[in-house]
Amino acid sequence: MADYLDGRLAPHDLERLEGHLAACPHCSEYLAQLRVTIDALGYAEPESLTDDALDEFVGLYRRWRADG
Amino acid sequence: MTTAVVLASRGVDDDGELVERLRVGDESAYVTLIGRYQPRMLRLAEVTVGSRAVAEEVTQDTWVAVLRGVERFEGRSSFKTWLFHILLNRAHSAAYREQRAGRPDDGLVEDRFDKSGAWVTPPEPWADRVDDRLVAEHLATRVQQLLPELPDTQRQVVVLRDLEGLSPDDVSDLVGVSDGNQRVLLHRGRARLRQLLAADMSKGSA
Repeated sequence: MADYLDGRLAPHDLERLEGHLAACPHCSEYLAQLRVTIDALGYAEPESLTDDALDEFVGLYRRWRADG
Repeated sequence: MTTAVVLASRGVDDDGELVERLRVGDESAYVTLIGRYQPRMLRLAEVTVGSRAVAEEVTQDTWVAVLRGVERFEGRSSFKTWLFHILLNRAHSAAYREQRAGRPDDGLVEDRFDKSGAWVTPPEPWADRVDDRLVAEHLATRVQQLLPELPDTQRQVVVLRDLEGLSPDDVSDLVGVSDGNQRVLLHRGRARLRQLLAADMSKGSA
């Protein structure tokens, strides 16, 4: 199933797996849940940068320029 | 998946131009790059070193190294991959200094099938709960909170591939594992997260 998700299955295996998925509700549910999990990971945003943190980075840059 | 990858790589097209401007001392280019990458770098550093305070130091050291090294950046990899490479080198040294034990990959995989190949515990359907936009946003937050449950290398591979949208080749290089190993770690990590989300669903908290 990992290879299927990566689009790496050979045509013959792909046909067999898709045949099985059509007949097996548990496997298709599992695959759907893996897809939902992967999509959720793609939407997970990091915490935004605070204004204070940005000021610190600007300070770091100016000190570096002044020293360089 | 396609949308996620597009989101994760949004904005990298003009990194080259920003890097050129950074080379000639343009502060606004630096500020744009900080805004674009610092949140992602802090997240990656934190999942690698396990401490927010150490992760913040690691990202600061990384930006200083970027300022020093930008002259030598030849653009053979993308700026993002170069940046993450510097970051992970520093994060790994910091984790070593802090003697973070790290959780090795225990190889544990949920036993989904019995000897006859039948499902041990068939997955309970999620379908009617996850097509809603609010639920999708909640899941994105929840799955990120569950990342610390993964062993170290699995977690790094999942973050780089599925949260950052880096290519399998770049991830193998950055984490220092073979392509085959990278695929196994990614699949185990995703499977474990699915299992943890399923446990949430059955408790009714997701």
